[in-house]
Amino acid sequence: MLAEESTRQRVKPLIVIKASSGWASVNLAEIWQFRDLLVTLAARDVKLRYRQTALGAIWVVLQPLMAAGIFAFVFGRVANLAKPGDPIPYFVLSYVGLLGWNIFASTLGKISGSLIGNAGLVSKVYFPRLILPLSTVCSTLVDFGVASILLVLLMIANHIVPGPGLLLLPVFMVLLLMLSIGVGLAAAALTVTYRDVQYVLPVLTNLLLYASPVAYTIADVLHRIPAHLHWAVYLNPLASLIEGFRWSILGRGAIHPAEILGAALASAVVFAWGALSFKKMERRFADVI
Amino acid sequence: MGDNTAVSIENVSKSYRIVHNVVQHSTLAEQFVHKLTHPRAARPESETFWAVRDISFEVGRGEVVGIIGRNGAGKSTLLKLLSRITEPTSGQISLYGRLGSLLEVGTGFHPELTGKENIYLNGAILGMRRREIDAQLEAIVEFAGVSQFLDTPVKRYSSGMYVRLAFAVAAHLNPEILVIDEVLAVGDMEFQKKCLGKMKDVASGGRTVLFVSHQMQAIQALCQKAVFLKAGRLDFYGDVPTAIRKYMASGQNSVITANDMRRPGTGEVRFSKFDLNKRTYNSLDDITLDIEVAALTEHAPNYFISIEVHNAMGAPVLHLDSRLLNQEYEAIPRRRLRYTVRQTRLAQGDYRVHAYLCAAGVMDKFEDAAELTVEPILPYPAWRSDCVSSAAYYPEFDITDLPLEAEAGDELIDTIAS
Repeated sequence: MLAEESTRQRVKPLIVIKASSGWASVNLAEIWQFRDLLVTLAARDVKLRYRQTALGAIWVVLQPLMAAGIFAFVFGRVANLAKPGDPIPYFVLSYVGLLGWNIFASTLGKISGSLIGNAGLVSKVYFPRLILPLSTVCSTLVDFGVASILLVLLMIANHIVPGPGLLLLPVFMVLLLMLSIGVGLAAAALTVTYRDVQYVLPVLTNLLLYASPVAYTIADVLHRIPAHLHWAVYLNPLASLIEGFRWSILGRGAIHPAEILGAALASAVVFAWGALSFKKMERRFADVI
Repeated sequence: MGDNTAVSIENVSKSYRIVHNVVQHSTLAEQFVHKLTHPRAARPESETFWAVRDISFEVGRGEVVGIIGRNGAGKSTLLKLLSRITEPTSGQISLYGRLGSLLEVGTGFHPELTGKENIYLNGAILGMRRREIDAQLEAIVEFAGVSQFLDTPVKRYSSGMYVRLAFAVAAHLNPEILVIDEVLAVGDMEFQKKCLGKMKDVASGGRTVLFVSHQMQAIQALCQKAVFLKAGRLDFYGDVPTAIRKYMASGQNSVITANDMRRPGTGEVRFSKFDLNKRTYNSLDDITLDIEVAALTEHAPNYFISIEVHNAMGAPVLHLDSRLLNQEYEAIPRRRLRYTVRQTRLAQGDYRVHAYLCAAGVMDKFEDAAELTVEPILPYPAWRSDCVSSAAYYPEFDITDLPLEAEAGDELIDTIAS
């Protein structure tokens, strides 16, 4: 080991620490260097989530299952959105909508709390701070995987065969993730100085759940509002993304390339904005937290 | 700069902005309500506080350098800068090699995870690659002596096992530069010896170690050179005995700096002066302590004062609480008090003084307000300070009011301590 070290002697410093200025760039190489930490933290989140709860993985399925049941009753029956004789039960429609929604909401929730929740780490050791929020994405994906087992069963039971649109599913998932990571990173950075964000965010998320086509489809809304207001529906990039997510699995929904492109663009912008504002705040985290 | 440099610190400064006369708000809503209810409140004044100022020194490869200084001298800030937790305000640090830092043992340990899982987690946090940990796993487990409990969640560990495991992971880090803050203050005697031994190995293995401690014995035993920091500046860098002498002679008084206004507590009243008249005592000496308390808001409640003396292991050994004397104080803008503790009979060792101002809750939590050293009267072997009973006892002491104008002079000490 000694020999190995002496060969590593450098005249050029390995690391130079000085004040950074302005908008620091996101250092991907460094994140790659710390990939083991990313994996370990992600594994920690997953393990902790599935350990120590009596029902373990069941909760991941039970939560969207119950919510879908309520949506099917309230929106399908009470609000009468369910079409009689539809081969796809309203319950399945809202379950799929919830899976897409959960990718967004759980990523957002976990990322926005990731710095505060790991304050001990942030003030005691150095690592690229982006690792913390990024590591939470993994447990969201595991949850999605578990919940989609039930989806497969539901589809088999109802003889639903996905079309070629399924190939686009990863695209919609990536866009959903980008959007939620972007908002989450910006929220995480803000939470460090203003704890309000912690309280406001769940309220906004809850509102957004009803403002997005999770429990209903865009078509249900469009023919209930005047045509000149249709654009308002698409102001929310989540609308196209969740609709697209459901379309790729169930083949149901109004998909317009223009709106999808717009939502994709919005996701990319939000993602970049979140990453940069996180990066900009990064050097202050340890001083403020 | 030669090829043999491991760490080079050039004109490094770190400042914090401290805001005065403002109630701290952590939420926007609170800030808004405060603005509405106090429309004419003075604009907060801010002041720049230099935690570390213009420090330059170089550490050679394979050197073990101690960093010493009184509280607030900038030791922790310097370590935080070196380990990249915070950025310097100006200046530059060059590291010629990978740096591992150990600012607190067990950082990132999760109580629900097993010992083994925590080894991997903690290792990854400290910057180890997975296969490095794989290779070292056996050695880590053996060093910590927890092999039977590897699959037990660490929440069921005793605190001793917890600390041993944490130190073991860190000790098996293999960075070229290792930064250590006060970890030896944990664990039992035998484990401390083991840690010291391990650190010697690390150093003799050609790695560079920067080591912060309040325990001068440890500095003496381990370091070849020492840095003495005073009020954020580098006061001395060189041989260990000189640095320790300077440290011992330094800061007869705890100077309260702007930094102290950032202490925890509601801040309605704060200690504005905390002055231990001497630093070195023997067991039969009286301790005299002058304090000043300032009320910073108009309607601060009556308060009592609690002062605790802790031994080097962090166990309380003296408890001086004004309630024991049935004393509660009205929050007047400024109050000077003198504590006189007669014949503490403390065993030799280093002690830290924590002070609290409390009403219903804690208004000022002033930890490490001062340090004192009790020197042996009898020739004791070294390393015996842990033999002090861990139970706090209540010594004979009293508190007297001091006139506000006069500075504490020697004649006062004579009259009051008699």
